[in-house]
Amino acid sequence: MVPFAGWDMPVEYSGVTNEHMAVRTRAGVFDVSHMGEIEIAGKDALAAVQHISSNDASRLSVGQAHYSALTTPDGTFVDDLLVYRMAPSHFMLVVNASNIEKDYQWIAAQIAKVGEAACVDSSSRYALIAIQGPAAREVLQPLTGVDLNEMKYYWFASGEVASALATISRTGYTGEDGFEIFCRPNQADQVWQALLEAGRSADVIPCGLAARDTLRLEAAMRLYGNDVDETTTVLEADLGWIVGWKKPSFIGLERLREQKEKGVARRIVGFEMVDRGIARHGYQAVRGGEQVGVVTSGTQTPFLKKAIGMAYLPVELTAPDTVFEIDVRGRPSKAKVVPMPFYKRPR
Amino acid sequence: MYPADRKYTKDHEWIRIGGTTAEIGITDFAQQQLGDVVFVDLPEPGKSIAAGDSFGSIESVKAVSELYAPMSGEVVEVNSSLKDHPEVINKDPHGTWMIKVRLTNAADTGALLDSGQYQDLTK
Repeated sequence: MVPFAGWDMPVEYSGVTNEHMAVRTRAGVFDVSHMGEIEIAGKDALAAVQHISSNDASRLSVGQAHYSALTTPDGTFVDDLLVYRMAPSHFMLVVNASNIEKDYQWIAAQIAKVGEAACVDSSSRYALIAIQGPAAREVLQPLTGVDLNEMKYYWFASGEVASALATISRTGYTGEDGFEIFCRPNQADQVWQALLEAGRSADVIPCGLAARDTLRLEAAMRLYGNDVDETTTVLEADLGWIVGWKKPSFIGLERLREQKEKGVARRIVGFEMVDRGIARHGYQAVRGGEQVGVVTSGTQTPFLKKAIGMAYLPVELTAPDTVFEIDVRGRPSKAKVVPMPFYKRPR
Repeated sequence: MYPADRKYTKDHEWIRIGGTTAEIGITDFAQQQLGDVVFVDLPEPGKSIAAGDSFGSIESVKAVSELYAPMSGEVVEVNSSLKDHPEVINKDPHGTWMIKVRLTNAADTGALLDSGQYQDLTK
């Protein structure tokens, strides 16, 4: 167990490789109750969300969610998050555990200017259990009356799981099909046990933080604090698809428009090590002896069996197959730019 | 559980001395702490190593750790199978040597722990 954002979190149960492979080939169950939930409701809730979040929430139907950025006036990340439309004027933002307090203060201050909308930090009212992997649907289905076959990717529904009141969402942080189950904290254990019991014959196992990190990296999902933060813009993070360019305004839109027109000076890339070695968060990217960028995430991945990572590089070095070097503890080691994601699930 | 035929360091390496040469590896405790080993970086044969200094590194999915020389000497052989199969360190840490060293002074084991002392250290 390790302390993480005020929680005691399991790094691994049976070993990161074993857990990672379970999710890629069968399914794994994660307790991600540390994630924060901030709800915004009121007559002007949509306008409030549109003001603080880069993606276009007017395109969300009730029952639908999307990935977005909570942006600063500079177009950088206060946080990255999922926005759920619970009702026409009720949204739930699922945010990073380490940012809950900061996000809440930021959101409350920003939406006060918008109109009639209130925000509530309801993080302590929700536990969050995820089941991820190709077998996730068949394991979860017998435990709920919600027709999972009908649920599209990034949609959600209310119902019950193992007799616990729950909101089931077809989302995840692993690059696999899967579901995230919001439930009351005092019923989380019941949901957790039921999922493992229902998954026993399919060899579904509990998974910890370490596997969550290697899985999300193979899927090229950004990690706040590593790959994105208040110094990286949404465009530098290559997430232009979460910008609602047609929205009349939101915090940071002007700067992002300007950056889109002028072009970014640096951008995140995926890379693969050419030389032996593993690049880690914070290692320098070098070329001709000069630092040109920085590695934001890196690991040896259990499924692809390669050393991969993400780094910010000058835009002229971001074309696939561009070779650069990473300073691996004093030893310059060759890496090459590769397209992301590193792993894409078969459909 | 820690074999008595060798000595141990506080940094969780083991050294098995046979005459003037020795094999060096890491302990079961070390591999458990590291988790799944995915990469081992070892010196070339011919390199001199000094007791207490780093002679290489070992990486798990989670993190990288230095390997420290239990005694001084010259590397005479490197376990090249670890390049492609570093995971054998997890499966058989006490049966998997990483380097063989010609010792500068095979009698100089004063600072090392025996298996009982090492066992106590890991409690």
